Amino acid sequence: MRFMTIVKTRETGAHPSPALIDKIGKLGEEAAKKGVFVGMGGLAPTALGARARLSNGKITVTDGPFTEAKEIIGGYAIYNVPSKKEAVEWTKRFLEAHIGLWDQELEVEVRQMMDDPSQGC
Amino acid sequence: MTRHKAADAIDAVWRIESARLIAGLARVVGDIGVAEDLAQDALVAALEQWPESGVPDNPGAWLMATAKHRAIDHLRRGKMQDRKHEHLGRELEERQVSPEAALAAAIDDHVGDDLLSLIFTACHPVLPTEARVALTLRLLGGLTTDEIARAFLVSKATIQQRIVRAKRTLAAARVPFEVPRGAELTARLGSVLEVIYLVFNEGYSATAGDDWVRPALCEDALRLGRILAELAPDAAEVHGLVALLEIQASRLRARVSPAGEPILLLDQDRGRWDHLLIGRGLAALERAEALGGASGPYTLQAAIAACHARARTAEETDWTRIVALYDALAQLLPSPVVELNRAVALGMAFGPAAGLEVVDSLTTDPALAGYHLLPSVRGDLLAKLGRFDEARAEFARAAELTQNVRERQLLQKRREAL
Repeated sequence: MRFMTIVKTRETGAHPSPALIDKIGKLGEEAAKKGVFVGMGGLAPTALGARARLSNGKITVTDGPFTEAKEIIGGYAIYNVPSKKEAVEWTKRFLEAHIGLWDQELEVEVRQMMDDPSQGC
Repeated sequence: MTRHKAADAIDAVWRIESARLIAGLARVVGDIGVAEDLAQDALVAALEQWPESGVPDNPGAWLMATAKHRAIDHLRRGKMQDRKHEHLGRELEERQVSPEAALAAAIDDHVGDDLLSLIFTACHPVLPTEARVALTLRLLGGLTTDEIARAFLVSKATIQQRIVRAKRTLAAARVPFEVPRGAELTARLGSVLEVIYLVFNEGYSATAGDDWVRPALCEDALRLGRILAELAPDAAEVHGLVALLEIQASRLRARVSPAGEPILLLDQDRGRWDHLLIGRGLAALERAEALGGASGPYTLQAAIAACHARARTAEETDWTRIVALYDALAQLLPSPVVELNRAVALGMAFGPAAGLEVVDSLTTDPALAGYHLLPSVRGDLLAKLGRFDEARAEFARAAELTQNVRERQLLQKRREAL
Protein backbone atom coordinates (compact mmCIF):
# COMPACT_ATOMS: atom_id res chain seq x y z
CA MET A 1 0.00 0.00 0.00
CA ARG A 2 1.10 3.52 -0.63
CA PHE A 3 1.45 6.27 1.90
CA MET A 4 2.00 9.94 1.33
CA THR A 5 3.84 11.62 4.17
CA ILE A 6 3.13 15.33 4.28
CA VAL A 7 5.59 17.56 6.10
CA LYS A 8 4.11 20.55 7.89
CA THR A 9 6.11 23.38 9.34
CA ARG A 10 6.08 27.13 9.98
CA GLU A 11 7.16 29.24 7.08
CA THR A 12 10.06 31.24 8.47
CA GLY A 13 12.20 31.60 5.39
CA ALA A 14 14.85 29.39 7.01
CA HIS A 15 16.68 27.16 4.55
CA PRO A 16 17.81 23.65 5.40
CA SER A 17 21.59 23.42 5.81
CA PRO A 18 23.66 21.39 3.34
CA ALA A 19 24.20 18.87 6.16
CA LEU A 20 20.45 18.39 6.57
CA ILE A 21 19.87 18.17 2.82
CA ASP A 22 22.62 15.57 2.66
CA LYS A 23 21.08 13.54 5.48
CA ILE A 24 17.62 13.59 3.94
CA GLY A 25 19.13 12.65 0.59
CA LYS A 26 20.85 9.66 2.20
CA LEU A 27 17.57 8.58 3.77
CA GLY A 28 15.90 8.75 0.37
CA GLU A 29 18.71 6.64 -1.07
CA GLU A 30 18.28 4.09 1.68
CA ALA A 31 14.54 3.90 1.07
CA ALA A 32 15.22 3.45 -2.64
CA LYS A 33 17.69 0.65 -1.89
CA LYS A 34 15.01 -1.05 0.14
CA GLY A 35 12.59 -0.77 -2.72
CA VAL A 36 10.00 1.29 -0.84
CA PHE A 37 10.69 4.72 -2.26
CA VAL A 38 8.23 6.00 -4.85
CA GLY A 39 8.82 9.73 -4.90
CA MET A 40 9.44 12.84 -2.84
CA GLY A 41 9.39 16.53 -3.37
CA GLY A 42 9.91 19.83 -1.62
CA LEU A 43 7.61 22.79 -2.09
CA ALA A 44 8.76 26.32 -2.94
CA PRO A 45 7.82 29.26 -0.66
CA THR A 46 4.10 30.05 -0.51
CA ALA A 47 4.93 33.44 -2.04
CA LEU A 48 5.15 31.60 -5.35
CA GLY A 49 1.83 29.81 -4.85
CA ALA A 50 -1.84 30.65 -4.62
CA ARG A 51 -4.94 29.47 -2.84
CA ALA A 52 -8.20 28.79 -4.56
CA ARG A 53 -11.24 28.44 -2.39
CA LEU A 54 -14.84 27.35 -2.91
CA SER A 55 -17.25 28.81 -0.39
CA ASN A 56 -21.01 29.24 -0.66
CA GLY A 57 -20.78 28.37 -4.33
CA LYS A 58 -18.21 31.07 -5.01
CA ILE A 59 -14.60 30.60 -6.04
CA THR A 60 -11.95 33.00 -4.81
CA VAL A 61 -8.26 32.90 -5.61
CA THR A 62 -5.64 34.46 -3.36
CA ASP A 63 -1.97 34.69 -4.28
CA GLY A 64 0.69 33.71 -1.74
CA PRO A 65 2.39 34.20 0.60
CA PHE A 66 0.06 32.65 3.16
CA THR A 67 1.15 35.01 5.93
CA GLU A 68 -1.75 34.14 8.23
CA ALA A 69 -1.08 30.40 8.11
CA LYS A 70 0.25 28.77 11.29
CA GLU A 71 1.71 25.90 9.35
CA ILE A 72 2.23 25.19 5.71
CA ILE A 73 3.06 22.10 3.71
CA GLY A 74 6.79 22.02 3.06
CA GLY A 75 7.15 18.79 1.19
CA TYR A 76 6.03 15.23 0.78
CA ALA A 77 7.28 11.73 0.21
CA ILE A 78 5.51 8.69 -1.14
CA TYR A 79 6.43 5.22 0.10
CA ASN A 80 5.16 1.86 -0.99
CA VAL A 81 5.29 -0.37 2.07
CA PRO A 82 3.39 -3.44 3.27
CA SER A 83 1.83 -1.68 6.26
CA LYS A 84 1.28 1.64 8.02
CA LYS A 85 3.82 0.66 10.65
CA GLU A 86 6.62 0.90 8.14
CA ALA A 87 5.43 4.21 6.78
CA VAL A 88 5.54 5.48 10.37
CA GLU A 89 9.02 4.02 10.86
CA TRP A 90 10.36 5.78 7.76
CA THR A 91 8.74 8.99 8.95
CA LYS A 92 10.42 8.66 12.32
CA ARG A 93 13.73 8.29 10.54
CA PHE A 94 12.97 11.38 8.49
CA LEU A 95 12.30 13.37 11.65
CA GLU A 96 15.38 11.94 13.37
CA ALA A 97 17.50 13.26 10.53
CA HIS A 98 16.44 16.78 11.54
CA ILE A 99 17.55 16.51 15.18
CA GLY A 100 20.31 19.05 15.79
CA LEU A 101 20.07 20.37 12.25
CA TRP A 102 16.64 22.02 12.23
CA ASP A 103 15.21 23.96 15.12
CA GLN A 104 11.64 24.57 13.92
CA GLU A 105 8.87 22.32 15.04
CA LEU A 106 7.92 19.74 12.42
CA GLU A 107 4.86 17.60 11.99
CA VAL A 108 4.44 14.86 9.45
CA GLU A 109 1.06 13.55 8.48
CA VAL A 110 1.17 9.92 7.35
CA ARG A 111 -1.74 9.23 5.02
CA GLN A 112 -2.65 6.09 3.17
CA MET A 113 -3.36 6.77 -0.48
CA MET A 114 -6.59 5.48 -1.95
CA ASP A 115 -5.64 2.87 -4.48
CA ASP A 116 -8.80 1.13 -5.64
CA PRO A 117 -9.87 -1.58 -5.87
CA SER A 118 -8.02 -3.17 -2.98
CA GLN A 119 -5.55 -0.53 -1.88
CA GLY A 120 -2.95 -2.08 -4.18
CA CYS A 121 0.22 -0.76 -5.80
CA MET B 1 5.58 3.29 25.32
CA THR B 2 2.83 0.74 25.33
CA ARG B 3 3.57 -2.89 24.56
CA HIS B 4 1.36 -2.67 21.51
CA LYS B 5 3.23 0.31 20.09
CA ALA B 6 6.59 -1.31 20.75
CA ALA B 7 5.45 -4.45 18.94
CA ASP B 8 4.39 -2.33 15.96
CA ALA B 9 7.73 -0.56 15.88
CA ILE B 10 9.64 -3.83 16.16
CA ASP B 11 7.61 -5.34 13.35
CA ALA B 12 8.30 -2.33 11.13
CA VAL B 13 12.01 -2.27 11.93
CA TRP B 14 12.23 -5.99 11.28
CA ARG B 15 10.58 -5.64 7.87
CA ILE B 16 12.93 -2.84 6.95
CA GLU B 17 16.16 -4.35 8.29
CA SER B 18 15.81 -8.13 8.13
CA ALA B 19 17.17 -8.64 4.61
CA ARG B 20 20.31 -6.63 5.33
CA LEU B 21 20.73 -8.42 8.65
CA ILE B 22 20.41 -11.87 7.12
CA ALA B 23 22.65 -10.94 4.18
CA GLY B 24 25.45 -9.60 6.41
CA LEU B 25 25.27 -12.60 8.69
CA ALA B 26 25.14 -15.08 5.79
CA ARG B 27 28.43 -13.80 4.42
CA VAL B 28 30.09 -14.38 7.77
CA VAL B 29 28.58 -17.76 8.61
CA GLY B 30 28.26 -18.91 5.01
CA ASP B 31 24.80 -20.41 5.42
CA ILE B 32 21.56 -18.56 4.92
CA GLY B 33 19.67 -20.93 7.21
CA VAL B 34 22.00 -20.22 10.12
CA ALA B 35 22.00 -16.52 9.22
CA GLU B 36 18.23 -16.38 9.37
CA ASP B 37 18.21 -18.15 12.74
CA LEU B 38 20.74 -15.67 14.13
CA ALA B 39 18.73 -12.73 12.82
CA GLN B 40 15.58 -14.23 14.35
CA ASP B 41 17.39 -14.53 17.69
CA ALA B 42 18.07 -10.80 17.54
CA LEU B 43 14.42 -10.18 16.79
CA VAL B 44 13.39 -12.26 19.81
CA ALA B 45 15.80 -10.25 21.97
CA ALA B 46 14.19 -7.05 20.71
CA LEU B 47 10.72 -8.37 21.45
CA GLU B 48 11.85 -9.14 25.00
CA GLN B 49 13.73 -5.93 25.70
CA TRP B 50 12.16 -3.08 23.74
CA PRO B 51 8.76 -3.07 25.41
CA GLU B 52 10.60 -2.45 28.73
CA SER B 53 13.52 -0.29 27.59
CA GLY B 54 11.78 1.51 24.76
CA VAL B 55 12.75 1.31 21.10
CA PRO B 56 16.41 2.32 20.74
CA ASP B 57 17.33 5.45 18.77
CA ASN B 58 18.80 3.43 15.95
CA PRO B 59 16.83 0.19 16.03
CA GLY B 60 18.48 -1.22 12.91
CA ALA B 61 21.94 -0.81 14.41
CA TRP B 62 20.74 -2.39 17.67
CA LEU B 63 19.45 -5.45 15.84
CA MET B 64 22.67 -5.71 13.86
CA ALA B 65 24.84 -5.42 16.99
CA THR B 66 22.80 -8.06 18.78
CA ALA B 67 22.90 -10.38 15.78
CA LYS B 68 26.67 -9.89 15.53
CA HIS B 69 27.10 -11.06 19.10
CA ARG B 70 25.06 -14.14 18.34
CA ALA B 71 27.20 -14.76 15.26
CA ILE B 72 30.37 -14.51 17.33
CA ASP B 73 28.95 -17.00 19.82
CA HIS B 74 28.05 -19.25 16.94
CA LEU B 75 31.54 -19.10 15.45
CA ARG B 76 33.17 -19.58 18.85
CA ARG B 77 31.17 -22.73 19.35
CA GLY B 78 33.45 -24.05 16.65
CA LYS B 79 30.96 -24.31 13.91
CA MET B 80 33.48 -23.12 11.37
CA GLN B 81 32.61 -25.55 8.67
CA ASP B 82 34.53 -24.32 5.71
CA ARG B 83 37.74 -22.62 4.88
CA LYS B 84 36.19 -19.21 4.76
CA HIS B 85 35.35 -19.40 8.42
CA GLU B 86 38.72 -20.80 9.37
CA HIS B 87 40.18 -17.88 7.51
CA LEU B 88 38.00 -15.48 9.42
CA GLY B 89 39.02 -17.14 12.67
CA ARG B 90 42.70 -16.84 11.80
CA GLU B 91 42.26 -13.26 10.82
CA LEU B 92 40.68 -12.52 14.16
CA GLU B 93 43.67 -14.03 15.96
CA GLU B 94 46.36 -12.51 13.76
CA ARG B 95 45.01 -9.04 13.88
CA GLN B 96 44.69 -9.22 17.63
CA VAL B 97 41.61 -7.16 17.41
CA SER B 98 38.51 -7.89 19.34
CA PRO B 99 36.42 -10.42 17.47
CA GLU B 100 33.49 -8.06 17.85
CA ALA B 101 35.29 -5.28 16.00
CA ALA B 102 36.56 -7.57 13.24
CA LEU B 103 33.20 -9.15 12.75
CA ALA B 104 31.48 -5.79 12.85
CA ALA B 105 33.79 -4.60 10.09
CA ALA B 106 33.21 -7.77 8.11
CA ILE B 107 29.46 -7.37 8.32
CA ASP B 108 29.38 -3.65 7.64
CA ASP B 109 31.48 -3.90 4.47
CA HIS B 110 29.73 -4.43 1.18
CA VAL B 111 26.14 -4.23 2.38
CA GLY B 112 25.09 -4.01 -1.25
CA ASP B 113 27.15 -7.04 -2.29
CA ASP B 114 25.72 -9.02 0.59
CA LEU B 115 22.15 -8.32 -0.44
CA LEU B 116 22.97 -9.23 -4.02
CA SER B 117 24.59 -12.46 -2.82
CA LEU B 118 21.46 -13.17 -0.81
CA ILE B 119 19.23 -12.67 -3.87
CA PHE B 120 21.46 -14.84 -6.05
CA THR B 121 21.59 -17.56 -3.41
CA ALA B 122 17.83 -17.57 -2.82
CA CYS B 123 17.29 -17.81 -6.60
CA HIS B 124 19.98 -20.44 -7.16
CA PRO B 125 19.19 -22.84 -10.03
CA VAL B 126 19.84 -25.81 -7.73
CA LEU B 127 16.42 -25.01 -6.23
CA PRO B 128 13.06 -25.69 -7.86
CA THR B 129 11.31 -22.49 -8.98
CA GLU B 130 8.64 -22.57 -6.28
CA ALA B 131 11.34 -22.88 -3.61
CA ARG B 132 13.20 -19.90 -5.09
CA VAL B 133 10.02 -17.87 -4.95
CA ALA B 134 9.27 -18.78 -1.32
CA LEU B 135 12.85 -18.21 -0.17
CA THR B 136 13.14 -14.87 -1.96
CA LEU B 137 9.88 -13.55 -0.53
CA ARG B 138 10.90 -14.72 2.92
CA LEU B 139 14.53 -13.55 3.02
CA LEU B 140 14.44 -10.49 0.77
CA GLY B 141 10.81 -9.48 0.99
CA GLY B 142 10.57 -10.03 4.75
CA LEU B 143 7.26 -11.89 4.35
CA THR B 144 6.19 -14.38 6.98
CA THR B 145 5.50 -17.99 6.07
CA ASP B 146 1.85 -17.24 6.69
CA GLU B 147 1.81 -14.34 4.24
CA ILE B 148 3.53 -16.36 1.52
CA ALA B 149 1.09 -19.23 2.04
CA ARG B 150 -1.89 -16.88 1.76
CA ALA B 151 -0.48 -15.23 -1.35
CA PHE B 152 -0.07 -18.54 -3.15
CA LEU B 153 -3.19 -20.17 -1.74
CA VAL B 154 -1.31 -23.10 -0.24
CA SER B 155 -1.01 -24.24 3.37
CA LYS B 156 1.46 -22.73 5.78
CA ALA B 157 2.98 -26.17 6.30
CA THR B 158 3.68 -26.49 2.57
CA ILE B 159 5.57 -23.19 2.48
CA GLN B 160 7.42 -24.03 5.69
CA GLN B 161 8.52 -27.33 4.21
CA ARG B 162 9.53 -25.68 0.95
CA ILE B 163 11.73 -23.20 2.80
CA VAL B 164 13.31 -25.77 5.10
CA ARG B 165 14.05 -28.06 2.18
CA ALA B 166 15.47 -25.19 0.12
CA LYS B 167 17.86 -24.20 2.89
CA ARG B 168 18.96 -27.83 3.26
CA THR B 169 19.50 -28.16 -0.48
CA LEU B 170 21.64 -25.02 -0.57
CA ALA B 171 23.74 -26.25 2.36
CA ALA B 172 24.09 -29.78 0.94
CA ALA B 173 25.10 -28.44 -2.48
CA ARG B 174 27.60 -26.13 -0.76
CA VAL B 175 26.30 -23.22 -2.77
CA PRO B 176 28.74 -20.39 -2.07
CA PHE B 177 27.28 -17.17 -0.72
CA GLU B 178 28.49 -14.81 -3.42
CA VAL B 179 27.63 -12.79 -6.49
CA PRO B 180 28.45 -14.91 -9.55
CA ARG B 181 30.92 -13.46 -12.06
CA GLY B 182 31.40 -13.45 -15.80
CA ALA B 183 29.23 -15.60 -18.02
CA GLU B 184 27.57 -17.25 -15.02
CA LEU B 185 26.31 -13.87 -13.86
CA THR B 186 24.09 -13.42 -16.91
CA ALA B 187 22.52 -16.86 -16.55
CA ARG B 188 22.01 -16.49 -12.81
CA LEU B 189 20.58 -13.00 -13.21
CA GLY B 190 18.02 -14.55 -15.55
CA SER B 191 16.90 -16.81 -12.72
CA VAL B 192 16.52 -13.86 -10.33
CA LEU B 193 14.50 -11.84 -12.86
CA GLU B 194 12.32 -14.85 -13.56
CA VAL B 195 11.46 -15.23 -9.86
CA ILE B 196 10.54 -11.56 -9.52
CA TYR B 197 8.42 -11.61 -12.67
CA LEU B 198 6.69 -14.78 -11.54
CA VAL B 199 5.76 -13.22 -8.20
CA PHE B 200 4.42 -10.16 -10.01
CA ASN B 201 2.38 -12.17 -12.47
CA GLU B 202 0.85 -14.29 -9.76
CA GLY B 203 -0.39 -11.04 -8.25
CA TYR B 204 -1.29 -9.38 -11.54
CA SER B 205 -3.29 -12.17 -13.05
CA ALA B 206 -3.91 -14.77 -10.42
CA THR B 207 -3.93 -18.19 -12.04
CA ALA B 208 -6.42 -19.54 -9.52
CA GLY B 209 -8.83 -18.43 -6.85
CA ASP B 210 -11.64 -15.94 -6.49
CA ASP B 211 -9.68 -12.73 -6.98
CA TRP B 212 -8.34 -11.81 -10.35
CA VAL B 213 -5.56 -9.69 -8.89
CA ARG B 214 -3.68 -9.83 -5.64
CA PRO B 215 -2.03 -6.41 -5.51
CA ALA B 216 0.06 -7.17 -2.42
CA LEU B 217 2.09 -9.68 -4.46
CA CYS B 218 2.57 -7.11 -7.22
CA GLU B 219 3.90 -4.71 -4.62
CA ASP B 220 6.30 -7.30 -3.24
CA ALA B 221 7.63 -7.96 -6.73
CA LEU B 222 7.94 -4.25 -7.46
CA ARG B 223 9.91 -3.72 -4.27
CA LEU B 224 12.21 -6.64 -5.10
CA GLY B 225 12.73 -5.29 -8.61
CA ARG B 226 13.48 -1.80 -7.33
CA ILE B 227 15.95 -3.21 -4.79
CA LEU B 228 17.70 -5.18 -7.52
CA ALA B 229 17.86 -2.08 -9.76
CA GLU B 230 19.65 -0.21 -6.97
CA LEU B 231 22.03 -3.09 -6.31
CA ALA B 232 22.85 -3.83 -9.95
CA PRO B 233 22.51 -0.40 -11.60
CA ASP B 234 24.43 -1.40 -14.74
CA ALA B 235 22.36 -4.46 -15.65
CA ALA B 236 20.09 -3.32 -18.49
CA GLU B 237 17.60 -6.16 -18.18
CA VAL B 238 17.01 -5.40 -14.50
CA HIS B 239 15.83 -1.93 -15.50
CA GLY B 240 13.87 -3.51 -18.34
CA LEU B 241 12.05 -5.74 -15.88
CA VAL B 242 11.44 -2.86 -13.46
CA ALA B 243 10.07 -0.78 -16.34
CA LEU B 244 7.73 -3.60 -17.29
CA LEU B 245 6.50 -4.04 -13.71
CA GLU B 246 6.04 -0.31 -13.07
CA ILE B 247 4.01 0.16 -16.26
CA GLN B 248 1.90 -2.93 -15.71
CA ALA B 249 1.32 -1.96 -12.08
CA SER B 250 0.19 1.49 -13.25
CA ARG B 251 -2.95 -0.19 -14.60
CA LEU B 252 -3.81 -2.17 -11.49
CA ARG B 253 -6.65 -0.01 -10.32
CA ALA B 254 -8.05 0.43 -13.84
CA ARG B 255 -8.16 -3.24 -14.76
CA VAL B 256 -10.65 -4.36 -12.12
CA SER B 257 -14.20 -3.08 -11.80
CA PRO B 258 -15.59 -2.15 -8.38
CA ALA B 259 -17.31 -5.55 -8.42
CA GLY B 260 -13.96 -7.27 -8.93
CA GLU B 261 -14.40 -8.11 -12.61
CA PRO B 262 -11.48 -7.81 -15.00
CA ILE B 263 -11.51 -4.89 -17.45
CA LEU B 264 -9.51 -5.48 -20.64
CA LEU B 265 -6.69 -3.11 -21.57
CA LEU B 266 -8.47 -1.34 -24.41
CA ASP B 267 -11.63 -0.83 -22.33
CA GLN B 268 -9.83 0.66 -19.35
CA ASP B 269 -10.36 4.23 -18.19
CA ARG B 270 -6.88 5.61 -18.83
CA GLY B 271 -7.52 8.42 -16.39
CA ARG B 272 -7.34 5.78 -13.69
CA TRP B 273 -3.90 4.66 -14.75
CA ASP B 274 -1.24 5.65 -12.27
CA HIS B 275 0.88 8.26 -13.99
CA LEU B 276 3.46 8.34 -11.23
CA LEU B 277 4.22 4.68 -11.91
CA ILE B 278 4.08 5.21 -15.69
CA GLY B 279 6.67 7.98 -15.30
CA ARG B 280 8.89 5.71 -13.26
CA GLY B 281 8.43 2.91 -15.78
CA LEU B 282 9.29 5.06 -18.79
CA ALA B 283 12.39 6.36 -16.96
CA ALA B 284 13.48 2.79 -16.17
CA LEU B 285 12.92 1.82 -19.82
CA GLU B 286 15.05 4.74 -20.97
CA ARG B 287 17.77 3.60 -18.61
CA ALA B 288 17.63 0.02 -19.89
CA GLU B 289 17.88 1.26 -23.47
CA ALA B 290 20.71 3.65 -22.63
CA LEU B 291 22.61 0.70 -21.17
CA GLY B 292 22.30 -1.05 -24.53
CA GLY B 293 19.50 -3.34 -23.47
CA ALA B 294 16.93 -2.46 -26.13
CA SER B 295 16.89 -6.02 -27.47
CA GLY B 296 16.64 -7.80 -24.10
CA PRO B 297 13.43 -9.78 -23.54
CA TYR B 298 12.19 -7.78 -20.53
CA THR B 299 13.15 -4.47 -22.12
CA LEU B 300 11.27 -5.44 -25.29
CA GLN B 301 8.19 -6.31 -23.25
CA ALA B 302 8.54 -3.04 -21.36
CA ALA B 303 8.74 -1.20 -24.68
CA ILE B 304 5.47 -2.86 -25.70
CA ALA B 305 3.86 -1.88 -22.39
CA ALA B 306 5.19 1.65 -22.92
CA CYS B 307 3.39 1.88 -26.29
CA HIS B 308 0.12 1.43 -24.41
CA ALA B 309 1.17 3.73 -21.57
CA ARG B 310 1.99 6.56 -23.97
CA ALA B 311 -1.33 6.36 -25.84
CA ARG B 312 -3.83 8.78 -24.32
CA THR B 313 -6.70 6.84 -25.86
CA ALA B 314 -6.94 3.23 -27.04
CA GLU B 315 -7.28 4.51 -30.63
CA GLU B 316 -3.94 6.29 -30.37
CA THR B 317 -2.06 3.04 -29.72
CA ASP B 318 0.89 2.55 -32.07
CA TRP B 319 0.02 -1.03 -33.07
CA THR B 320 2.51 -1.09 -35.93
CA ARG B 321 5.33 -0.47 -33.49
CA ILE B 322 3.90 -3.09 -31.14
CA VAL B 323 3.91 -5.62 -34.00
CA ALA B 324 7.56 -4.78 -34.72
CA LEU B 325 8.46 -5.23 -31.05
CA TYR B 326 6.66 -8.58 -30.91
CA ASP B 327 8.50 -9.61 -34.08
CA ALA B 328 11.78 -8.90 -32.29
CA LEU B 329 10.58 -10.70 -29.15
CA ALA B 330 9.44 -13.73 -31.15
CA GLN B 331 12.87 -14.00 -32.76
CA LEU B 332 14.58 -13.75 -29.39
CA LEU B 333 12.26 -16.04 -27.46
CA PRO B 334 10.27 -18.11 -29.92
CA SER B 335 7.21 -19.17 -27.95
CA PRO B 336 3.59 -19.85 -28.83
CA VAL B 337 2.45 -17.37 -26.14
CA VAL B 338 4.51 -14.58 -27.70
CA GLU B 339 3.15 -15.62 -31.09
CA LEU B 340 -0.40 -15.36 -29.73
CA ASN B 341 0.27 -11.85 -28.46
CA ARG B 342 1.81 -10.95 -31.80
CA ALA B 343 -1.39 -12.17 -33.44
CA VAL B 344 -3.44 -9.78 -31.27
CA ALA B 345 -1.20 -6.88 -32.31
CA LEU B 346 -1.37 -7.90 -35.96
CA GLY B 347 -5.15 -7.99 -35.73
CA MET B 348 -5.18 -4.46 -34.33
CA ALA B 349 -2.63 -3.07 -36.80
CA PHE B 350 -3.69 -4.79 -40.01
CA GLY B 351 -7.19 -6.13 -39.40
CA PRO B 352 -8.66 -9.21 -37.66
CA ALA B 353 -8.04 -11.50 -40.66
CA ALA B 354 -4.26 -10.95 -40.36
CA GLY B 355 -4.42 -11.85 -36.67
CA LEU B 356 -6.64 -14.86 -37.21
CA GLU B 357 -4.24 -16.32 -39.75
CA VAL B 358 -1.51 -16.50 -37.09
CA VAL B 359 -3.89 -17.74 -34.37
CA ASP B 360 -5.14 -20.53 -36.62
CA SER B 361 -1.57 -21.71 -37.11
CA LEU B 362 -1.32 -22.04 -33.31
CA THR B 363 -4.44 -24.12 -32.66
CA THR B 364 -2.54 -27.39 -33.11
CA ASP B 365 0.40 -26.32 -30.94
CA PRO B 366 0.48 -28.78 -28.03
CA ALA B 367 1.98 -26.13 -25.73
CA LEU B 368 -1.24 -24.10 -25.99
CA ALA B 369 -3.61 -27.08 -25.72
CA GLY B 370 -5.08 -26.08 -22.33
CA TYR B 371 -4.36 -22.34 -22.57
CA HIS B 372 -7.59 -20.37 -22.20
CA LEU B 373 -6.24 -17.25 -23.91
CA LEU B 374 -5.96 -19.05 -27.25
CA PRO B 375 -9.74 -19.57 -27.70
CA SER B 376 -10.30 -16.19 -26.04
CA VAL B 377 -8.19 -14.35 -28.63
CA ARG B 378 -9.57 -16.47 -31.45
CA GLY B 379 -13.12 -15.70 -30.31
CA ASP B 380 -12.37 -11.99 -30.29
CA LEU B 381 -10.97 -12.02 -33.83
CA LEU B 382 -13.85 -14.16 -35.11
CA ALA B 383 -16.38 -11.79 -33.55
CA LYS B 384 -14.71 -8.84 -35.27
CA LEU B 385 -15.02 -10.70 -38.57
CA GLY B 386 -18.73 -11.23 -37.91
CA ARG B 387 -18.38 -15.00 -37.46
CA PHE B 388 -20.46 -14.98 -34.27
CA ASP B 389 -21.34 -18.69 -33.96
CA GLU B 390 -17.70 -19.69 -34.08
CA ALA B 391 -16.80 -16.85 -31.72
CA ARG B 392 -19.37 -17.99 -29.15
CA ALA B 393 -17.97 -21.52 -29.23
CA GLU B 394 -14.45 -20.17 -28.65
CA PHE B 395 -15.49 -18.01 -25.67
CA ALA B 396 -17.32 -20.98 -24.17
CA ARG B 397 -14.19 -23.10 -24.51
CA ALA B 398 -12.03 -20.37 -22.99
CA ALA B 399 -14.41 -20.07 -20.04
CA GLU B 400 -14.12 -23.79 -19.47
CA LEU B 401 -10.34 -23.70 -19.52
CA THR B 402 -9.62 -20.82 -17.12
CA GLN B 403 -9.07 -21.64 -13.45
CA ASN B 404 -9.96 -18.14 -12.36
CA VAL B 405 -13.55 -17.46 -11.36
CA ARG B 406 -13.57 -13.77 -12.34
CA GLU B 407 -12.05 -14.41 -15.72
CA ARG B 408 -14.58 -17.17 -16.41
CA GLN B 409 -17.43 -14.75 -15.69
CA LEU B 410 -15.96 -12.20 -18.09
CA LEU B 411 -15.62 -14.78 -20.86
CA GLN B 412 -19.19 -16.00 -20.35
CA LYS B 413 -20.40 -12.41 -20.54
CA ARG B 414 -18.56 -11.82 -23.78
CA ARG B 415 -20.12 -14.96 -25.19
CA GLU B 416 -23.59 -13.87 -24.19
CA ALA B 417 -23.08 -10.37 -25.62
CA LEU B 418 -22.59 -11.74 -29.15
